[in-house]
Amino acid sequence: MASVPNNRLEQDERRRDADHIGFLKYRRYRWLWIALIVSILSIVGYAFIEQEPRPNGGSWYGYTLGTIGLLLIVWLSLLGIRKRNISEGRWSLKAWTSAHIYLGLALTIIGTLHTGFQIGWNVHTLAYFLMLLVIVSGIWGVFAYASLPSALAAEPMLPGSDKPDAPRDRRQTQESMLEDVAAIDRQLNVAAQPLGRAQCDLVIAALNQDIFYGGAIARLTGAYPGCKTKQALQNIAQSGSEAETSVHDLLARRSEILGLIRRRLRTKALLEVWLFFHIPATIALLAALLAHVVSVFYYW
Amino acid sequence: MSDLYEVAIIGSGPAGMSAAGQAAKRGMSHILLEKTDHLSDTIYKYQKGKHVMATPSDLQLRAGGYEEGVLKGMEFEEGTRERILGIWNTHCGIEAADIPVPDDPNNEIQTFDINYKLNAEVTKVEQVDGDDARFTITLKDGGTVRANAIILAIGTQGNPNKLRCPGADHPMITSQLDDPEDHIDKNVIVVGTGDAGIENAMGLATDPALGNTVTILNRGTDFAKAKIPNSTGLKNADEAGELRIAYRTSPVEVRDGEMVVEGAEGQEVIPCEMIIARIGSQPPRKFIESMGIEFTSEDRSAFPILSDEFESTVKGIFVIGALAGYPLIKHCMNQGYDVIEYLATGEAVEPADQPLLEQVFEGLPGNESVSHWLHVYQENVELFQGLSILQMRELMLDSTCRAYAPGDKIFERGDPGSSLFAIAQGSVAVEVNPSDPSITVPIGQGSIFGEVGLVSGRRRGATIRAAEDVVLVELSRKAALKLIGSSPEASEAVKRISIERQMLQMFGSGLTPDDIKPLVDSAQTEEFPSGKVVIQQGDDDKDIFIVRFGSMEVSLEDGDKSTFLSLIPAGSFFGEMAVIDGSKRTSTVKAAVKSEVIRLPGQMFLDLLDKKPQLRERALQIMEERKASNEDLEDRTRDAGDSVANYTSSAEFLIKQGMGEATDALLIDERLCVGCDNCEKACADSHDGLSRLDREAGKSFANLHVPISCRHCEIPHCMADCPPNAIQRRSNGEVSIDAETCIGCGNCATFCPYEVIKMEKAPPEKPSLFDWLVFGSGPGPGEASYAWRSENADPGAAKKAVKCDMCAGIDGGPACVRACPTGAAIRVSPDKFINFAKLTEDVEN
Repeated sequence: MASVPNNRLEQDERRRDADHIGFLKYRRYRWLWIALIVSILSIVGYAFIEQEPRPNGGSWYGYTLGTIGLLLIVWLSLLGIRKRNISEGRWSLKAWTSAHIYLGLALTIIGTLHTGFQIGWNVHTLAYFLMLLVIVSGIWGVFAYASLPSALAAEPMLPGSDKPDAPRDRRQTQESMLEDVAAIDRQLNVAAQPLGRAQCDLVIAALNQDIFYGGAIARLTGAYPGCKTKQALQNIAQSGSEAETSVHDLLARRSEILGLIRRRLRTKALLEVWLFFHIPATIALLAALLAHVVSVFYYW
Repeated sequence: MSDLYEVAIIGSGPAGMSAAGQAAKRGMSHILLEKTDHLSDTIYKYQKGKHVMATPSDLQLRAGGYEEGVLKGMEFEEGTRERILGIWNTHCGIEAADIPVPDDPNNEIQTFDINYKLNAEVTKVEQVDGDDARFTITLKDGGTVRANAIILAIGTQGNPNKLRCPGADHPMITSQLDDPEDHIDKNVIVVGTGDAGIENAMGLATDPALGNTVTILNRGTDFAKAKIPNSTGLKNADEAGELRIAYRTSPVEVRDGEMVVEGAEGQEVIPCEMIIARIGSQPPRKFIESMGIEFTSEDRSAFPILSDEFESTVKGIFVIGALAGYPLIKHCMNQGYDVIEYLATGEAVEPADQPLLEQVFEGLPGNESVSHWLHVYQENVELFQGLSILQMRELMLDSTCRAYAPGDKIFERGDPGSSLFAIAQGSVAVEVNPSDPSITVPIGQGSIFGEVGLVSGRRRGATIRAAEDVVLVELSRKAALKLIGSSPEASEAVKRISIERQMLQMFGSGLTPDDIKPLVDSAQTEEFPSGKVVIQQGDDDKDIFIVRFGSMEVSLEDGDKSTFLSLIPAGSFFGEMAVIDGSKRTSTVKAAVKSEVIRLPGQMFLDLLDKKPQLRERALQIMEERKASNEDLEDRTRDAGDSVANYTSSAEFLIKQGMGEATDALLIDERLCVGCDNCEKACADSHDGLSRLDREAGKSFANLHVPISCRHCEIPHCMADCPPNAIQRRSNGEVSIDAETCIGCGNCATFCPYEVIKMEKAPPEKPSLFDWLVFGSGPGPGEASYAWRSENADPGAAKKAVKCDMCAGIDGGPACVRACPTGAAIRVSPDKFINFAKLTEDVEN
């Protein structure tokens, strides 16, 4: 189609030319620099601005820091909405993540200076420590995001893939791995017919066990001590009768696929588990913050 | 003597039904012959409940209700397969067990008393001399039918191939399996390991309750014709003992209750009660040619030569419907009507597309009539001169006609576009030098331009403006290809012009068409399948090549180690070094995807260089640049050590994933991807609630993951056969499907080698994000579960093709990339991305 040039074309071309850069390095650490400058300015301000009778959240400088901190917290918590609200416009969630991380870290400085190092058993300190909890869980999350994907990418191939450097068929993912297990199960059903009672029971136990058994602890540690497939594998020798050999081989393949599924589940769980602290702590922080702000103004 | 009819209609699809209905209304003596035991086999074979659309939507149907004496044609409304077949059964007075009688509260569906004959496969049509009938039609059962005119409406589906062995007509052989559950405790042999054969075999074998014993014969050892999930499933079923694959085995003879096959270890007799032969089908062309009907060309896609009244080169035989090149229902039905009216009255009906053509010519100056413009275009444009008026009308319907004032821009360098322009009046100027728009080359009245974009699928190479008042037609890619396919002269002319222009454009100004005439005359086009070597390193052949479409992969071989050097896109030349400096080939060039190259004799090129010192300078300059970049790369790869092998494998992996023909593809850097699937959710939420990408699926290599997502190919496979022409490359280079005109046929999904097109119903509207966040209503962000969609969807909605449109019309660009929290998702243009710097880049956080 003949068409007039427009911005979208140029925009697309720029996008296609762009290098792939992670969320931490975004725009040459733009948000790291901004966060550093904000932090240093706050510290310098804290050191040189005369606060009477002593540095405190209630001085004008304390209020300034508090307001900045409050606005930051509210804005940071809006990331959850931003990532779900796929509106039009030239925003990038990568930029948001980058800013979220570095400004979130700067909050430790701003928040701490805002307290004036006055810690006590009250709602104000509760809010402060909730904030620290959110930040610490966030740092955990950054580590998880920065290190785990490479580990997941380096996962070994599916059993049966011939060469280690052959392209991995990601179509063989969770769903199809489960299909593979189901296919092996059907074969096991037939292959185990000639076995004796005791061995049959082992196979039946393996087949009947929920592939996803084990709960959160197993998910996170990757340890499945009660795995019936493994038990059956140990008790049906490869060197036995023809039927035993074929059942053993099938169980070995089953075990291998289960191992892969479990390792992948573990990495996925580790990528997500910090959010189970980060998000509830954020909600609690917002509530405590509200209490903190209301009480400060109530008792003014 | 058999009965004599005024008209025999062969085929009971929409075209044949409409003709038969109209003949019945007019009281014309007729017979409708159908090969199968039911009407409209193509629609009959649709899955149960499939919604059949009335397409093209803007075409008027010649219909006027069912009242007595109204001669306006049969009605047709979109509806389910069952309703449409039910109505047609009623017209014929057929009561079928499997098709319910349609609801008809107002008693509107009439019995036309159509005279039909099922199970009447036509085997021969002969012209009779000196008889009272012009044609004798022989049926498969040996019966004959005599008629004065024949309407051929048999579609393009053809006849299933038969086994090539004795006993191929045995009644236990079938080419179709309707419902596997109808077959219990049978010995079944399936011949053919395409998708259809595999699906049949699996359907019969994998449910143990059916108790069937299934053997599937495979002539070789692989399953090249089948989709990967199908072949894997089959192999698994074989391993599990659910069925048996007989490798390297072919049929020898079919006898009662058994089949003799020849396997790797000699002959074997397999008992069987049913044989399913799924070995492709024979297009109907041979049968049609046997009647003496001529086609427009030898090309596989060619259509029969037809008059304005759809009469073929054999007087008295009319060809309508898909076989005539009109695959859409309303065209078919109108043509059935038109031909019967022509036979009844002797006068052609005014074409149904008249109002549409009026719209096409609306914007042209002078307020002239449709026939005026049709004649202007046909007389002036060289390419159109061999066309009939019928073909002209069809061509113009798919096209855009425009007038431009002097200086108006028609398209700009870098615009995407794969359409072809033809000049009916006036001339245009091509700005050949991007830095100096005053240097132009004219293209005159009657000629064409835009052909490079048409052939290669790449962006426009130069800006073109109107040089004077000019009247143009822009042919859509589909219309242009149809034109080229139906006329060998047109094909030759386009090829010649495109070679000439490509050469003029590449070697810059200073050349005239006369200078390069000898080269163009001796140029040959050659097609190379993916992976085939065009130039072998070390050889001393001296030809020079231009990539016409596709792309080339250049690599340096050192023993058995090879290093990837670069990707040569369509429109560029290669092989010049050996010609200019007389050396041996310094690298190997092979096709990265299916490609076509122009081969130019090296000596003629040297002669041209001798005559044109400017050209020599330009060619030397290009050569030096390429040498320098190759040497630079060699240096860098030497220093880089291990990562070189990795880089070469990465490049080759990406090329294997279709990047050699991609224009804009989604890649995921696995070192950054946290698996949050926000890209998929963003995709679904930016469109109508369906994700057009599957992040987890697809292949990975060395940290790069190619998800299942559209690559916006230069020459999109999906566009190959879209009956309503709903798939187009649009203004930003995106290949997108118009949901309004899509008829849900699924051709594109079948043609796409990357499996990126889904057939889905438009999902229901979701509650807003706010409602979900606060009240938990609805399924939340991203693609809703299938269960939720089917529960809340409009049950009557039709499935349509859904694919990536690169977020066209959405400010900010592709949502998948914008919504990636870590920067793992990137959309790149492969010809810029597949190079050393980008592939070895360190992307640590």
